[in-house]
Amino acid sequence: MNNPYVPFKLPIINVTEETDIDYTFRFKSDINPQNGQFLEISIPGVGEAPISISDFGDGYLDMTIRRVGKLTDEVFELKEGDYLFARGPYGNGFNLEDYKGKDLVIVAGGTGLAPVKSIVNYFYEHIEELKSFKLIIGFKSPKDILFNEEIEKWKNKINVILTVDNGDENWKGNTGLITKYIPKINEEDYNQTEVIIVGPPIMMKFASLEFLNNNFPEEKIWVSFERKMSCGIGKCGHCKIDETYVCLEGPVFNYTKAKNLID
Amino acid sequence: MGVKMGFENFNKVLDSLKENYKIYGPKNIESKGRFSDTDVVGYGEIDNFDEIVFDKKSYFSPKEIIHPIRQTLFYFTDGEVKESKVDDKKVIVFLRPCDINGIKRLDSIFLQNGPHEDVYYKRLREKVKFFMIECTEGFDSCYCVSMEANKTDNYSLAIRVNDNDVYLDIQDNEIESYFNENGDEIDFKPDYIKENKIEVNIPDPESLTNEVFENPIWKEYSQRCIGCGRCNTSCITCSCFSMQDVFYDKNKKVGERRRVWAGCHVDGFTDMAGGHTFREKYGDRMRFKTMHKINDFYKRFGFHMCVGCGRCTDVCPQYISFSKCINKLNQIVEGDKNE
Repeated sequence: MNNPYVPFKLPIINVTEETDIDYTFRFKSDINPQNGQFLEISIPGVGEAPISISDFGDGYLDMTIRRVGKLTDEVFELKEGDYLFARGPYGNGFNLEDYKGKDLVIVAGGTGLAPVKSIVNYFYEHIEELKSFKLIIGFKSPKDILFNEEIEKWKNKINVILTVDNGDENWKGNTGLITKYIPKINEEDYNQTEVIIVGPPIMMKFASLEFLNNNFPEEKIWVSFERKMSCGIGKCGHCKIDETYVCLEGPVFNYTKAKNLID
Repeated sequence: MGVKMGFENFNKVLDSLKENYKIYGPKNIESKGRFSDTDVVGYGEIDNFDEIVFDKKSYFSPKEIIHPIRQTLFYFTDGEVKESKVDDKKVIVFLRPCDINGIKRLDSIFLQNGPHEDVYYKRLREKVKFFMIECTEGFDSCYCVSMEANKTDNYSLAIRVNDNDVYLDIQDNEIESYFNENGDEIDFKPDYIKENKIEVNIPDPESLTNEVFENPIWKEYSQRCIGCGRCNTSCITCSCFSMQDVFYDKNKKVGERRRVWAGCHVDGFTDMAGGHTFREKYGDRMRFKTMHKINDFYKRFGFHMCVGCGRCTDVCPQYISFSKCINKLNQIVEGDKNE
């Protein structure tokens, strides 16, 4: 029986503590997902939840998981050599072809950096495939910053702006909301620019408006949604918004579609 | 083939069917009514034709036969996963045309929406044969004619019940073989209801835009709805579910994953770990359900999800009428057009 609900084992290769509440788990896996897709991960007896894939490569797959609930509490107890269960990948993901040859701007807030991290890494390795690459990342405070080492590495090839809402006495970098750092794009460059915005709903809303205030074309903006899901395959109904199922037609949406999705 | 036979003979046929089929029908369930010492009509396995209640609408739909309230998907034992099994017996359900059409809506979600067929739905659905109860009068809250769900020819057998006889239209050779020439061959085709007491006018999906989300109509429902979810559970077409993991006492390595019904009116339907939630106001949930039943589903499948059985209206403790809601919405949309 071809049963999409039966999960497979995902053995843990290692665990990286990004912050107190965000760990990156690297799993042994041959899944070759689209950037921005997600898995339904589970621990039997505890529960199941959708988690986006933050990176992948030869024989491995990463998920950066925040400890926020019953399932993730248990996931955080797992160590190298343990495994969890998973099924997927699900969702549409980002299509990298949409961005090649363009000026790419990625705006990521908090854990929103996770679902776009594989895109950042892809274009870091293939920077010649973009005309230019600007990465604007915002976190609440310095202790919330994810992927510290990689951000430093990215700065070698990518124009990275890192900001925190509130700094502390040791923070020397940018402070303030992410919207403050959204660049004004010249009108003659509109056609060759693509923008990806991922983060909490309120951040995606205001970041999008910041671009649109300058008459930037809506169809050049891409966002990724997060919703409750119990199946990931268009049956359970939890992620439905109007006639759209986030698990099927999303989680990545063009802004022209996303702006009309009202929960 | 049309057949006329007495109750006793029909019972004999059902007896022989029971060897290979479990037979479900609307029946009286004692003391399970809303008030103390009252009964309720619900679906259950029947032994005898006399048990079937034909003159009342069932409070619950037959949906749970194919989409159980709680269903084990698989068992896990120390890291191994073992799929659940179902009873080998086939199933016969006595049900009205609206419910047969309702199951067509469930088929759309479980078998057609998304890239995968839902195997747990399919394995039960494949076992089911419909014995359609002729329905020419309906009940007070029905509006199946407006929803174009009053007719169907998707049945193995259709039945009309008279004072002493049943009239049957048998369309299924396998079922026909159980009749062994019993009864008199007649010309019989079931009749359908042509007009309900209630008529609804469904807003044209083209005119039903997001603007209507802002209409004060939903505020009224915020005040009336209490989010109990009875409308969801009684609906033949509500298909949503949540996953639920349980482990058996003491041994945490042994347990099962189930799915259980979920309802968009019930608290927690959209809750995500970390605190994000959507549609906190009950009126927004009413809007969400209404749009799904008469608009969103239509856009995906080309026919409306609601079949007009009226059960949600019957069961609502706050006396919210879904047909009135649809009609109000239509007036708003039509009113806007004329302005």
